[in-house]
Amino acid sequence: MRLQINKLFLALSILSALIGLGFLGWILVTLFIKGVSSLHFTLFLNDLVDGGLRNLIVGQLVLALLAALIGIPLGMIAGIYIREYGHGKYANLIRDLSDIMVSAPSIVIGAFVYSFAVAPFGGANGFAGIIALSIMMIPIIINTTDSMLSLVPKELREAGMALGASKYRVILDVVIKAAKVGIMTGVLLAFARIAGETAPLLFTSETSNYFNLDLTESFPSLTVSIYNLANEPEKSSRDLAWAASFILTVMVLLINLAGRYLTRNKK
Amino acid sequence: MEKLFQKISLSSATLVLVLLLGIFTTLFISAKPAVEAFGLQFITDQRWNQEIPLIESSDTVIEDSDDAIIADEDDEDMILDEDDEEDAATKTVFGGLVPIIGTLLSTLIALLFAMPIAMGIAVFLAEIASKNISKFVGMAIELLAAIPSIIFGMWGLYYFAPLIADTFGGYQVSLLTAGLVLGVMILPFMAAVTRDSMNTTPDVLKESAYALGATKFEVVKDIIFPYSKTGIIGSIILALGRALGETMAVAFLIGAVYSLPDKITDPTISIPVAMAVNFGEASGLGESALFYLGLILFVMSFAVISFAKFYFLKRGNA
Repeated sequence: MRLQINKLFLALSILSALIGLGFLGWILVTLFIKGVSSLHFTLFLNDLVDGGLRNLIVGQLVLALLAALIGIPLGMIAGIYIREYGHGKYANLIRDLSDIMVSAPSIVIGAFVYSFAVAPFGGANGFAGIIALSIMMIPIIINTTDSMLSLVPKELREAGMALGASKYRVILDVVIKAAKVGIMTGVLLAFARIAGETAPLLFTSETSNYFNLDLTESFPSLTVSIYNLANEPEKSSRDLAWAASFILTVMVLLINLAGRYLTRNKK
Repeated sequence: MEKLFQKISLSSATLVLVLLLGIFTTLFISAKPAVEAFGLQFITDQRWNQEIPLIESSDTVIEDSDDAIIADEDDEDMILDEDDEEDAATKTVFGGLVPIIGTLLSTLIALLFAMPIAMGIAVFLAEIASKNISKFVGMAIELLAAIPSIIFGMWGLYYFAPLIADTFGGYQVSLLTAGLVLGVMILPFMAAVTRDSMNTTPDVLKESAYALGATKFEVVKDIIFPYSKTGIIGSIILALGRALGETMAVAFLIGAVYSLPDKITDPTISIPVAMAVNFGEASGLGESALFYLGLILFVMSFAVISFAKFYFLKRGNA
């Protein structure tokens, strides 16, 4: 009896793992079949207004890259503070708050940015989208930096100090270098995550059918356009949405895998 | 230089606090007209954007014949005046009950669906699979977590929902399909955090039990589960907190209609979806009501997440 229960338990557990893998496979295969059949190289040459995706891909990458340009340094420096400088309650408070912020509803962050970066200026703009994405990114980077710095042995810091280096020099030249790979991985994972975000962009940068690099106007976004296209009745729009979804997923998963590959040999 | 660096790092850290307070206050200020107009009864009123006749032009709120908790009766217990609009014969009422219920129910379905599977996966990864298989499956599960939510929406709407609707009947866009897709989305996160909690069980404990002749099931049930119980509960609540605020996948599937579902296969709406769908065309009191919903959502997920973090997942001060 005990052995039968055990067998049943093992079978159920393996079944769950297969269900999990099944969902991943189902989604990826669907995306591949629908995506590849709608994919054509002219999609990369034309803008959405001519039935292509070029402006959207460029727009999404520009938004994510500029957001990363704000989010990464701010997040890293804040992470350095709570691990290296802050001791006691304040640093712990910031750590907990940023932990909570990681799981904050992204649509609410969009609404927050809307009320100070869109409403007063009378319309959607690229800057607002960048701000929203960077707000999403900062807490993730803080958490990564914090936990990666905690892995750096104390002796390294002491050795640096013993050479007479000032604290910030030790942090920048010794500690960060030692934690470089781990932080890079975290940065890439965070980047992959915000690159696929939709909700924070819905009413901040919105999207645009035209090629546009002017951040003061509504800015082309792959994800927001997928949402719009998928809700349109024409089959051609939905095919385009599938092609866009395929491209988006490939982009996001490649960045994600690249990040994991970095730390792969270390573990 | 040293001082400067320290100052910069302190202020970036403070930015988190400022952002959080900023979100709260901004949401509150933007929601204020709706808060003033509808008060707490907003939460129990199921009418959204409905025009109701003005009864008289006195200045404030109104009679509630009964207590505010009873919401499913169509009594006129909330009638409001828009300031100084004598000529208007009607006014618009906004209530948040439908999206609030929709959010809670879709999250509950997701949780009920994802929890057993996530537990199974975690046990598989932590105890059953060999190291290499565990690494591979673990990686695959984490990739599932990395897929953008809008992709779950696309897949859910065109492939998963038809299947569910064929099996259970009812509409393709419904509370059920939205909840199940949401469940698929939180599955990897829940499994990963649960596995991490299970992995904290000391090997010595497990080995002692095996040496006494315990089966794997008994080790999991009597050793690992009691040891990592708080961590597991914490991870479930954390996943719940995330599911509450999920927008895009649900937006494709829940149907976005403001009506309470009679059956689980009826369409309804959730807070994030209400914001996503209606924000564009909303203005004035409608926009403010959406901010009110956003504030409620933010407070809910903030409370749930911090409850999970502080009560169950208290980290050792490493």
